[in-house]
Amino acid sequence: MTTAPSRNGPRRRWPSPRTTAWGFLAPVVVYLVAFYLYPLLRNLDLSLRDYTVRSFVRDDAAFVGLDNYARVVTSAAFAPALWNTLVFTALSLVFQYGIGLALAVFFHQHFRLSVSLRALFLVPWLLPLIVSASTWSWMLNSESGVVNSVLTAFGADPVNWLTSPRYSLLAVLVANVWIGIPFNLVLLYSGLRNIPPQLHEAAALDGAGGWQRFWRITMPLLRPVSAITLLLGLVYTLKVFDIIWIMTQGGPGNSSTTLATWSYELGFGSLLPRFGPAAAVGNLLIIIALFFGVIHILVQRRQEAA
Amino acid sequence: MTGARRVLTATVLVLGLGAACAGPGGDGGGGERDYRFWDPYTQFGDDSEWAALVTDCGRRAGVSLHRSGYDGSDLTTRAILAAQQGNPPDVLVLDNPVVTTLAEGELLLPVEELPVDLGDFEENLLEAGELDGTRYGVPIGANTLALYYNADVLADAGVDPAAIHDWADLDAALAEISAHGYRGITFAAIGNEEGIYQFLPWFWGAGADLEELDSPAAVAALRLWKGWLDAGHAPNSVINNNQTTSWQEFETGTYGFALNGTWQLANARASGIDYGIIPIPSRDGGPAPGAAGGEMVTVPVQEDPRRYQRSRAVVECLVSDDNLLTTDTVLSYVAPVEEVAARQRAEEPELAPWINAVREARGRTANDLGTRYPVISENLWTAVQNALSGAETPADALAFAQEAVTGDFGR
Repeated sequence: MTTAPSRNGPRRRWPSPRTTAWGFLAPVVVYLVAFYLYPLLRNLDLSLRDYTVRSFVRDDAAFVGLDNYARVVTSAAFAPALWNTLVFTALSLVFQYGIGLALAVFFHQHFRLSVSLRALFLVPWLLPLIVSASTWSWMLNSESGVVNSVLTAFGADPVNWLTSPRYSLLAVLVANVWIGIPFNLVLLYSGLRNIPPQLHEAAALDGAGGWQRFWRITMPLLRPVSAITLLLGLVYTLKVFDIIWIMTQGGPGNSSTTLATWSYELGFGSLLPRFGPAAAVGNLLIIIALFFGVIHILVQRRQEAA
Repeated sequence: MTGARRVLTATVLVLGLGAACAGPGGDGGGGERDYRFWDPYTQFGDDSEWAALVTDCGRRAGVSLHRSGYDGSDLTTRAILAAQQGNPPDVLVLDNPVVTTLAEGELLLPVEELPVDLGDFEENLLEAGELDGTRYGVPIGANTLALYYNADVLADAGVDPAAIHDWADLDAALAEISAHGYRGITFAAIGNEEGIYQFLPWFWGAGADLEELDSPAAVAALRLWKGWLDAGHAPNSVINNNQTTSWQEFETGTYGFALNGTWQLANARASGIDYGIIPIPSRDGGPAPGAAGGEMVTVPVQEDPRRYQRSRAVVECLVSDDNLLTTDTVLSYVAPVEEVAARQRAEEPELAPWINAVREARGRTANDLGTRYPVISENLWTAVQNALSGAETPADALAFAQEAVTGDFGR
């Protein structure tokens, strides 16, 4: 760093480039350690101890190894929560991506008012989650919800969207898809704009139809954007908590409980906090998200190598 | 030598950041005369009568009392975390079923070590704060549930509320109300402590015991609720209703009855509904014992025991007769002391049925259920939710709940 000639030779030079480099790195390292590494390790530690209110306060909880994990996995609530998480995540991704892509393609062909219309589609993204979730729960209310009013107006039977174990997961799923569409729309739309129009022109000259151009040109060239959209969507959807908690609290019973709401419920949902099992469930979620993240990186590397 | 300066700046920044991170709950200890006071009354701002009372009690005790209100379960979590950081508030007002849980965690000072004289307080209200024969909380006010009725709806359906003494009478009344195009009753069966608070009068009113969730009496109570839903006497929305949304349903004026508490009295007057109140009937007749609701004043354990003396003065001030009357009027609660309740009855005759109901009420964590109560309660509300939503029959749901209570952490 220092360019001025030093009288005492290079050995006395302080700070050395190395020290300076660490100096610049330090803020990031401190930030990462304080806000990422420490909470992660603390959560791991929580999940390996048997916490009661007393031992939490005194910080002398017994180390129990993987006991909390065993208790969580063998609990009767685990299988339904895992299944609900998988169904909720998979269907959310499919519909958010499908509808988002359809809208992106639609808006890609410029027409009058397309910009303002596209802006309107972003509204769900701009609303605070508590607002959208409360609105959905009012609309789906068994007694006074607008959805059931419409159903009855058309002669159908009202549905207990939020209070029937058959429909509660569907209800939160619909709300989550609605909230997720703008995110997919924005990313995929910008992906579409990066595809050179000449390719489409050339294909059209060669006689490729609309569908052919979509499947042979748009989709393959959109693949990197699609992959990152789906991965981000996955990580986000796995941990969706607010919508479900506000709409159904994971109920009735545990029919709309996912791993994320279950973790919260164990930790903060009853009068007696159970931090150990709650942390264990949270860590399982992190592992699932990591698993898919690693798959994404591996696939991406292979694509880049190819 | 700009390089060195940059390093210096960076180092200072890092140190600053480190220092900022190091002080958990920064507002810590404070001065010797700075006392912290936490309560669950988020509805009262700094300009409320309650806040003024708290400040005044602080002044009399010779401290400046800093009050913070936190939402119910958030308050519990905060209290536990604060204790873990060695930074608990000096005075903590807690929902009564939480007191034994925190006492079990050795977070609270026994009342006799303060000491505050509990002689005048009603026994059934004190027992919620009792663990292994030691008391940890001073009741500040009590409430419980009763049935509000809409007099116009009942008159239209030809139902006489005064003639309802047992479940059969109530069932018949609900059927009559439904037959006249109204809804019979609304209540709150949400899957949390609020739902259990609403269920317990029926559960205890059938003669069931929290130690035995799958008893025939317990099944009968759950069948009663389920029957109302199946017959359309109660709306399906009760499964997600909390006590506020349930009250809003009653305020539409299309419901015969609403299960709710003293704290809705002001809303009832404002609603313009011609309302009345009857006690909750038990299965075989007579008023059912409800769950004692309401808060307790507690003093968390401090590192410096010298602080207790002034905390004690604050507590004594809050629960002195005159202040109790103010507090319980503000909160729309029934006073936990006979003499003060008598003054309430004289000043506001409308409170009479509530005062009677509170006297019958039971502590949820009584009989040394202590920290087992949260587990029992959670499994019970899961059973209620599963039965009402039709996922399981009442008998199966309760059998599963009992199994889960005796087993691990439930569900």
